[in-house]
Amino acid sequence: MATLVLLPLAACTVLAIATAILRNRFLSRYVVVIAAVVVLGSGLALVGVALDDHTPTALDGLLRVDALSAFMLTVIGSVGLTAAWGALDPLRPRDHVYSVLALLFLGAMSLAVLADNLGVLWIAVEATTIATAFMVGHHRTRRAIEAAWKYVVLGSVGVAIAFLGIVLLYAATRSAGQPTLSWSVLATTHPDLDPSVVRVAAALAILGFATKAGLAPMHSWLPDAHSQAPAPVSGLMSGVLLAVAFYAILRVQAIATPVIGTGLMRGLLVTAGLLSLTLAALLVIRQRDLKRMLAYSSIEHMGLLALAAAAGGRLAIAGALLHVLGHGLAKSSTFVASGRILAAEGTTTMADIHGLVARRPGVAVPFLVGVVALLGLPPFSLFFSEVAIVVGGVQQGLGWAMAVAVLMLLVMFVAMSRHVVAMLFGGAAAATDPDRAPYGPRLPLVLALAATGVVGFVAGPFATLLDRAASVLGGS
Amino acid sequence: MASETFAQLVGLSTGVLLLSGVLLVWRRSLHAQVALLATQGVALAVLVLVLGLHESDAELLAVAALVLVLKAVVLPLILVRTVARLGVGVREETPVINTTASLIALSMLTMLAYLVSRPLLTLGDGPTTTAVPVGIALVLYGMLLLATRRHAVSQLLGFLVLDNGIATVAFLIAGGVPLVVELGVSLDVLLVVLILQVLTSRIRTEFGEADLDDLSELRD
Repeated sequence: MATLVLLPLAACTVLAIATAILRNRFLSRYVVVIAAVVVLGSGLALVGVALDDHTPTALDGLLRVDALSAFMLTVIGSVGLTAAWGALDPLRPRDHVYSVLALLFLGAMSLAVLADNLGVLWIAVEATTIATAFMVGHHRTRRAIEAAWKYVVLGSVGVAIAFLGIVLLYAATRSAGQPTLSWSVLATTHPDLDPSVVRVAAALAILGFATKAGLAPMHSWLPDAHSQAPAPVSGLMSGVLLAVAFYAILRVQAIATPVIGTGLMRGLLVTAGLLSLTLAALLVIRQRDLKRMLAYSSIEHMGLLALAAAAGGRLAIAGALLHVLGHGLAKSSTFVASGRILAAEGTTTMADIHGLVARRPGVAVPFLVGVVALLGLPPFSLFFSEVAIVVGGVQQGLGWAMAVAVLMLLVMFVAMSRHVVAMLFGGAAAATDPDRAPYGPRLPLVLALAATGVVGFVAGPFATLLDRAASVLGGS
Repeated sequence: MASETFAQLVGLSTGVLLLSGVLLVWRRSLHAQVALLATQGVALAVLVLVLGLHESDAELLAVAALVLVLKAVVLPLILVRTVARLGVGVREETPVINTTASLIALSMLTMLAYLVSRPLLTLGDGPTTTAVPVGIALVLYGMLLLATRRHAVSQLLGFLVLDNGIATVAFLIAGGVPLVVELGVSLDVLLVVLILQVLTSRIRTEFGEADLDDLSELRD
């Protein structure tokens, strides 16, 4: 089973090296899709393994797959596949550098969720900054360079703070006589850690990873980077990178909670969550750019996830994990669709786009469905996960925070639907001959959005998986 | 190594770390700042070497060599090349706050560092643990540089001072992190600096100078 754990990492590495050396046009074109399929396949297989109550390890225990890791690997694979397959636009082929960077990104994200070591998790998260920096600056315009610079500086400083937290945690375990950064070891042996050190360590680590997760007030890189990167990359960053940063917060929290209780981290996460939700909702009201609007919607969803983490408990955490999957699939589809709108219309300024459903149904319909999913309307899974998070939060005594959150979700709903309705239905439908071209493969978006629509109704093994994954974090 | 010599050497190397941090904030010439960064790298390597000798730990000796190569040679060289490519007029810079204010801020930050590291001092009372505030102070100096300098290279310097601070804390309080993590972190830092160097030259071709005040097109 160790092979299965190593497979996604090996596939990404080998394919990246092959692409860099061969520079074959055919290979460069399809290689990211192949890698995403491998990651998704191993993720699903490992989910099966985890449901059989096995936790396979590899590389002397450096990698270890529990239910949570397997679930996150599946999220990375499925979102990666949506973004990579959706990016296969015959009119805009990507060069091999782009493919190599995308492979490194997928590999690093897989490593982050497979590792059973906070240090390795940190290295993998920082490696994604490196892989995505040039993808953000891909267009080489002034704005793209500005976005890339802010992204690298803020991202690196943020995760450096997280590393300081990890160092302090390591020092605490060392002085307790058991130097380790492995959460499985910490969870099974419960060394006697010094609470005052762990308190500082957890606060720094959560602050650092929250920067990477785009939580306010450390969010300022996110709208710039998401709006300047090529659309599929924005989809990857929003659906995968933010999710993995959130996963890192969950792991840190699971280590620190037995030592220092929930008070400090709950305070931090509630503050960041409510601030993110409020800020995102208010800034979307007057937003003019399509991709920036989607970026603020990501901040909103991350804020909700932070509240779920603050609440804790099985219901809220299981809801948060379902939300990560639903948001990843819907957001990557919507970003891919927004890239096609840019290709077709030549702009992402929302005021310049009118009557898109009548004029270009090929790109407008997938975009509309994606936005409906993101707004949390049933039957899409985001509806169920949002309900689960709110109910779970109220159960855990965060009633007032959840009330504010629901209010902000409503503001967001109104603001976003106003923009989207004006764009898709507003203006005179003058075109006599609607353009039905989808501007790229249609199937990945259909599959991703269908999965988002169906997954909320699939009970059975899926519910068991979410429950197992939540219990990994010690939810009671 | 006698414990008194050990304490003196730890004090000396952390003293140089702190002093080079102060001078980095004080000086405005980019050349001088890069030289100070290299000094800081040497001091850090000496600190790791002393720790390795004291604990007779071969792994730490190897890490000391790695630190020396990366932080005292490779990273400063990359910065020297970046500075050399800049025009003559931009090799000095005007910070957002003047030197006096910077130095007052430094003393405040140093006191803050001692305040916030109080919970950490419970982990031991040896010469290494008592020096931990120096590392925290360097982290804060790095943030000060990042916040008050408008030149791309100065921001790079700020990031590296911050990174040196974290490394100092790691070595003093935990004898360094596990080797595999140390290697990965070093590689990450090197790559981040290379990326920022490339971006600096792109900023210069697009915007004329490497002044980050020009980066203001993206806002809401």
